[in-house]
Amino acid sequence: MKLPLASRTLNGLVASAALAYGASLVAQSVPDIPFDATVDLLKLPDNMYLGEVAGVASNSKGHIFVYTRTGAPGATVGSSRTFYKGGSRLFEFDQSGRFVREIGQGVYGFNFAQAARVDPQDNLWLVDQGSSNVMKFDSDGRLQLVLSRKPEAISVRPTAGGAGRGGAPPEGRGGVPPEGRGAQPDGRGAGGPPPEGRGPSNPGAGAPAAQTGGGRFGIPGPPGSGIPGDSFNRTADVTWDRAGNIYVADGASRTAGNARIAKFDKDGHFIRSWGSRGSDPGQFNGIRGIVIDAQGNLYVADAGNQRIQVFDSDGNLKSQIQNVGVPSALCITSGALQYLYSSNSNDPETLDNGEIYKIALDGRIIGKFGRAGKLPKEFGMVNSLDCRNENELLVGELTNWRVQKVTLRAAR
Amino acid sequence: MNGCRPVLIAFVLLCLSAPSFAQSKAKAQNVPEIPYDSVANFFKTPANIYFGEGIGVATNSKGHVFVYTRSGETRLFEFDQNGNFVREVGQGLYGLVFAHAVRVDKDDNVWVVDEGSNMVIKFNPAGRVAMTLGRRPEAVEELTNFTGQGSAPNSNRPYSFNRPTDVGWDAQGNIFVTDGYGDNRVVKYDKNGRFIKSAGTQGTGPGQLRLPHTMAMDAQGNVYIGDRSNARVQVWDNDLNPKAIYDQVGNPWAVCISPPPHQYLFVSNSVPDNGDSRAAAQTGEIYKMELDGTIVGRFGKAGKALKEFSTVHEIDCRNPNELFVSEITAWRVQKILLRPQTAKPSDGSRSRAPVAPEH
Repeated sequence: MKLPLASRTLNGLVASAALAYGASLVAQSVPDIPFDATVDLLKLPDNMYLGEVAGVASNSKGHIFVYTRTGAPGATVGSSRTFYKGGSRLFEFDQSGRFVREIGQGVYGFNFAQAARVDPQDNLWLVDQGSSNVMKFDSDGRLQLVLSRKPEAISVRPTAGGAGRGGAPPEGRGGVPPEGRGAQPDGRGAGGPPPEGRGPSNPGAGAPAAQTGGGRFGIPGPPGSGIPGDSFNRTADVTWDRAGNIYVADGASRTAGNARIAKFDKDGHFIRSWGSRGSDPGQFNGIRGIVIDAQGNLYVADAGNQRIQVFDSDGNLKSQIQNVGVPSALCITSGALQYLYSSNSNDPETLDNGEIYKIALDGRIIGKFGRAGKLPKEFGMVNSLDCRNENELLVGELTNWRVQKVTLRAAR
Repeated sequence: MNGCRPVLIAFVLLCLSAPSFAQSKAKAQNVPEIPYDSVANFFKTPANIYFGEGIGVATNSKGHVFVYTRSGETRLFEFDQNGNFVREVGQGLYGLVFAHAVRVDKDDNVWVVDEGSNMVIKFNPAGRVAMTLGRRPEAVEELTNFTGQGSAPNSNRPYSFNRPTDVGWDAQGNIFVTDGYGDNRVVKYDKNGRFIKSAGTQGTGPGQLRLPHTMAMDAQGNVYIGDRSNARVQVWDNDLNPKAIYDQVGNPWAVCISPPPHQYLFVSNSVPDNGDSRAAAQTGEIYKMELDGTIVGRFGKAGKALKEFSTVHEIDCRNPNELFVSEITAWRVQKILLRPQTAKPSDGSRSRAPVAPEH
């Protein structure tokens, strides 16, 4: 068993237990939080269905927004190029789960839903892994801001015999670098994302010339560090500080695309970005979420490295939270005493794990609830958490195609 | 001990003797013909709703008929017992990509097997998704890996399929999935969708499969697998151990087992009737069998006319004398009424070949 590194923020007892016995034992020592759940909160009209629920978020009135991978995503053949259209939809429900409306029907960047978040002014932000866009809608459903640009066309490889993903392990779904994802209209080709299994690189050492940085050809810098601007690759999540500055987690994949946090002002002007692909402190491997606390500290779910990294708003690493499995979705409560929730989601090939942790901001693990499965009170690849209310969570599941409303009860 | 050996030899000879036909002439001889009729224009579809390839058909306990079709999109339609259109289920659903089978369980849940999304999806009787098995590959990955040729044969993973073909249940509610074009196996889950085991590899021996294309279960929980490219029906027990092989009835594209007390097994030796007309001339019939493999009779032949069969892809036999058959190439579903037989099955039509486990 691979021993986890001792967390800087765990107390000594738990940390030494982790070193001695490994993460699973630590997880067992975490108290279970009793909870109830309902799977039929949301009522959809006839012949409307949720697909994979990538993003779920509530606004100040309790309305619920669901960004889901559904419909019929399609590749349309054009003049020597192939275009990718559709694939995701956005639904609004009221606080009792009644369907209100669909927003953004046919929007250019709704291709492969990844996240939905509501900011303090009740604007709705959507993050799409496919188009790479971050899209801001006001509370009337009007588009206000777009970050990044969807690739004009996708690369369609010739049908070569044996070019499939034969015998690939489960993670091999992402084992093939996405050729052409980064193709730009100005003729820059797709860069070479780092091959799977490459060891951690040293961000300070500078990349060799052949190793083009940021997943873009011709851009120097360590792999995954991106370009100094809003060109995202496999965009994962978004959050904002009190000044309205925007923080984008870019990106979600462990095998391709970017691995950085990018900061913009409230109007979308680039400020800075930090991080690259790897496992060193400050590096990322598959970012699945970013949230911010009242002091402006950023909590980044670094799933591939099985840790939550904590940064200040300038990107300086402050601490790491470990022993919470693979952080696959994050939310943070509001109010004076804030808590994090982090889902140790199952991967597609198991119904193992799946518990959701409640964590104090100093890294102390308060408790956990749930497990992977297909029944009510079980979770299938949780990709999204909403915790506007500390004891009432909305849980968005990929493989169970649903939103569960979870109510935590006081521990006995 | 080697009860399977003659079967194998016979199969090899069959391949050698007719190498140009993908489809096998059934070995069963002198099978009594079952007289039958086809109900013309049974399904009343609304204007601008059309069947595409008739891939799946299944009835529920009220006699409602579900048709799973490769239309402009893959769609699932519900009709009442008189063929009147009731509704569409799952319009625009994420998992409906390329239809392969529809089945209704004892509680009237409707299950579809989709070989395009690699998913098995359970709808409750209200038409809402109650469970999913398998996962549609992520478009953001697939679009960059666009060979169009499928992938990952024999990957044998617990929670994903590779072009799955059919689904069934035993009395305990355990779920069985034939999987499929890519993996040549049967996967068993508990009623809550937790993986129990899978069995089967690609090959021609007992317990091996070459395209498990269709499946039905009897009341004892045995699994009848249409091992299509091996031109045989394999019977496996509930733990997926081989029990018997029926290799007299051609290439099983579709199998169906009628309800107790007296269960019958229907097997279609389908043929792509847009293919080689010489193959079509000697295939396309449906067999009615006892569960032990005894052939009761046969009916039908390949063709596009009423009462003819154009590549039967699924059979519903909730009533063993009133069948629904879905056909690929004619884009239709026929309701077939079997009339009483006059001729009795002859002893020569027994085709059971017990299988001894080999280790």
